[in-house]
Amino acid sequence: MTQRYDHLVVGGGHNGLVCAVFLARRGRRVLVLEAADQVGGAAVTREFAAGFKVSAAAHLLNSLPEDLARDLELERHGLQFSARALPTYALNQSGPAIVFAGGAVRGASAQDAAAYAAFRAQMARFARVLARVLDMAPFRLRFGTWRERLAALQLALQIRTLGRRDMRELLRIAAMNAYDLLTDHFESSLLKGALAFDATLGAEHGPRAPGTVLTLLHRWAGQARAGALAMAQPAGGMGAVTRALAAAAVAAGVQIRTASRAERILVEGDRACGVRLASGETIQAGSIISNADPRTTFLKLLGAEHLETDFVRRIDHFRCKGLVAKVHLGLDGLPQFTGVDPAGLGGRMLVSPDLDYLELAFNPSKYREVPARPALEITVPTVNDPGLAPAGRHVMSVNVMFVPYDLGADPAAARLALMSNVLSTLERYAPGIAQRIIARELLTPSDIEREFGMAGGHWHHGALAFDQFFFTRPVPGAAGYSTPVPGLYLCGAGSHPGGGVTGLAGRNAARLIQAGA
Amino acid sequence: MSAQSNLRPHYQRPLLTTPFYERSRFLVETDAHIPWSGYTTAEVFSSVEQEYFAIRNAASVFDLTPMVKYSIIGPDAERYLNRLVTRDIGKLKVDRVAYTVWCNEFGHLIDDGTVFRLGQNEFRLCTGERQLDWLLDCAIGFQVEVEDVTDRIAALALQGPTSCAVLKAMGLAGAENLKVFEIARYQFADRPLMVSRTGFTGDLGYELWIAPEGALDLWDRLMSAGQTRGIRAIGYRALEMARIEAGFILPNVDFISAARTIRLDRETTPFEMGLEWAVALEKGHFNGRRALLEERRRGSRRRLLGIEISGNKPAQGSLIYDSSKALRQIGAVTSALWSPTCKRNIALAMIEAPYFKTLKELWVDIYLHRELLWERRMERAWPVERPFFNPERRKQTPAQDR
Repeated sequence: MTQRYDHLVVGGGHNGLVCAVFLARRGRRVLVLEAADQVGGAAVTREFAAGFKVSAAAHLLNSLPEDLARDLELERHGLQFSARALPTYALNQSGPAIVFAGGAVRGASAQDAAAYAAFRAQMARFARVLARVLDMAPFRLRFGTWRERLAALQLALQIRTLGRRDMRELLRIAAMNAYDLLTDHFESSLLKGALAFDATLGAEHGPRAPGTVLTLLHRWAGQARAGALAMAQPAGGMGAVTRALAAAAVAAGVQIRTASRAERILVEGDRACGVRLASGETIQAGSIISNADPRTTFLKLLGAEHLETDFVRRIDHFRCKGLVAKVHLGLDGLPQFTGVDPAGLGGRMLVSPDLDYLELAFNPSKYREVPARPALEITVPTVNDPGLAPAGRHVMSVNVMFVPYDLGADPAAARLALMSNVLSTLERYAPGIAQRIIARELLTPSDIEREFGMAGGHWHHGALAFDQFFFTRPVPGAAGYSTPVPGLYLCGAGSHPGGGVTGLAGRNAARLIQAGA
Repeated sequence: MSAQSNLRPHYQRPLLTTPFYERSRFLVETDAHIPWSGYTTAEVFSSVEQEYFAIRNAASVFDLTPMVKYSIIGPDAERYLNRLVTRDIGKLKVDRVAYTVWCNEFGHLIDDGTVFRLGQNEFRLCTGERQLDWLLDCAIGFQVEVEDVTDRIAALALQGPTSCAVLKAMGLAGAENLKVFEIARYQFADRPLMVSRTGFTGDLGYELWIAPEGALDLWDRLMSAGQTRGIRAIGYRALEMARIEAGFILPNVDFISAARTIRLDRETTPFEMGLEWAVALEKGHFNGRRALLEERRRGSRRRLLGIEISGNKPAQGSLIYDSSKALRQIGAVTSALWSPTCKRNIALAMIEAPYFKTLKELWVDIYLHRELLWERRMERAWPVERPFFNPERRKQTPAQDR
């Protein structure tokens, strides 16, 4: 059976759903195809052991813009939060943690507290400028239209309105490394370690690498856009966000088909015109919008024969190997972390005690090895949302930094070593936790690739770095959501503004497609 | 392979020698060698004129070994080539050869060459320049193996009106039935010998492909079979004369490869070179197609034309003007020759838009160096058909074999 739609979205991840809603609201016939049995892509909640449920990838919502959530009426469609504005604890093995909450820091020296306030205020000003960038469709440097010229001019003005001192500072630090910047501002190792963690989370380098200030700014810009939805924990896990998005999509008239794997994007007369499913069925559509990562979209679904060699080479060089693994633990009771009171366990806890710890945790990944002392981001979602585990039991969800995609000659041994290193690190900060573990799961980047179909297993579909940012994300020639093949668009995290559960790539893409570009 | 010289460390032998060097070096009376693709090759054996007339009146042997050869094998080989080159390789049958060009994403020419279809999934691409990096980049996303096989194949071009007769005298029965751009396979001295009716002279001619170990046997048998048919080893200079008469373009002479240009706008497109016939826009996507469609819509910026010039002084490197006053330069000559066979003063010239469409009369300035005195002449010129020289025997099948 062949049906015809105006727009066909390949992949029902959060960006795909957001994009579909906006297009359907314009009265277009939109179909979303999802390969898995449920929509959501990597933003899903799934059972990893009998009775234990967890957000499969991202476990906190930190960059979904408040106004976008309101516009999509996500709360009306069932999205609730079990906690918002979660504090972050920089864990200390031998004393009280430093706590970041409400824009201030507790537990650091008076000097650092003051420095943090000033630093945070300045970064917030920068983040506001960058937040504008997140909402923009990237323009080309070889301006094609007056609209693009205007956008570039507006951006330049935005930076200029920071004032001379701030502008100078922004330009000074934008390409800098987090290690030096934080050393310039702070004295506490713990404080620096925690901020550097945020500067490298999901990035491809340790804190000494240039460009890590950009990732920190990017994170804070996303947080600024999120407003009241920053550091929020959706009730029922991340799957609740995409379930609400799916409900919003259906309400807007979008058709969603799950368990329908798109195998090939069909091209006729040099125009994307449909999709062939794994079942052999073909579906025609006026345009195809891919929520899949750029590599999968262009090399697997479309095929290199429809693309220029120069473009394919750029896609091939798009750095998309993830460096973050996920560990899920089922616990028979609440763990105790040194220096964190039980009420704090619902927050976000970081194991990144100092800058060198973080850099050393990164180093082995260069040699396809796992870190002996990994840097961790820990949440215990069941503290705020007990329904995720059987009564009295708990789920711990841990992001493990700097785990290479390629685990070397003996991946099985590397996985065992990694799990053991994570557990021994946890044991140092939460003595006695080992006895509480009754279920466990490890998702390395290559597992994430397999499970969610993301090439490289990178959360953000590709590293966020200067050369893969804004008008070069994912690559020149496909940066403004449109692609070299007419009728084919991108709407995923591989496009601007990148990863995190933001929905912005989907919304920006929908705007561009509506404008008829 | 001339083992002795090629076994030395690479820094002591900047240029390789071909398997035919052991014969050809004794014939190069002028000792005029020039480098070509990393090999030393003969520029002239004895006299350019004699060698040229061997091409047009008898049989000539040119050592083609340095021509860069790539083997392209795999289930996606046809799809791969179709995305790489401008012609429709789907239409190329097994044991046939096609001339083609290829472009980058801007529709700018990278190189030209010939594609040999040796099997359903097996091809050979012959090019002037090494470009394995580009060919491997093109292979991303295709199931295909691309390999440089230049030094595994020795090749000779046998060109001229008696070339078919020479092949038959050598024992290659049925050679006369070979059509233009067709491949035949023989056993020669217990080795496979591939013969293709291809060449760069615009004349009746063949190219012979054999393993390097069989190279000297092949050379000797050719020379003895051709002895009574005026056979002669020729160098690059004579071939260059024949190639201009045939109207063939030469990369980095008549156009600059986009892989080499440094200045903006020095790149050239197939349409600018007059190669519409070799661009299969209807076959689906290939490298440069979208840019070429755009060029077709907007019109080309310039175009390579064959021109004839009054007088008999070659217009090598000359500028072209729209009037004898030479006020407005509208182009330049890329290759020029006084054609001994046509008895015409011919040239290939790149002419700017819109003049290549409108002008019937061009003016060419020719500088003559006469015993330390320079003399400038303005000569009238006019566009003419290419090829300049196109004998019937070139395509005639069965080929003349006496």
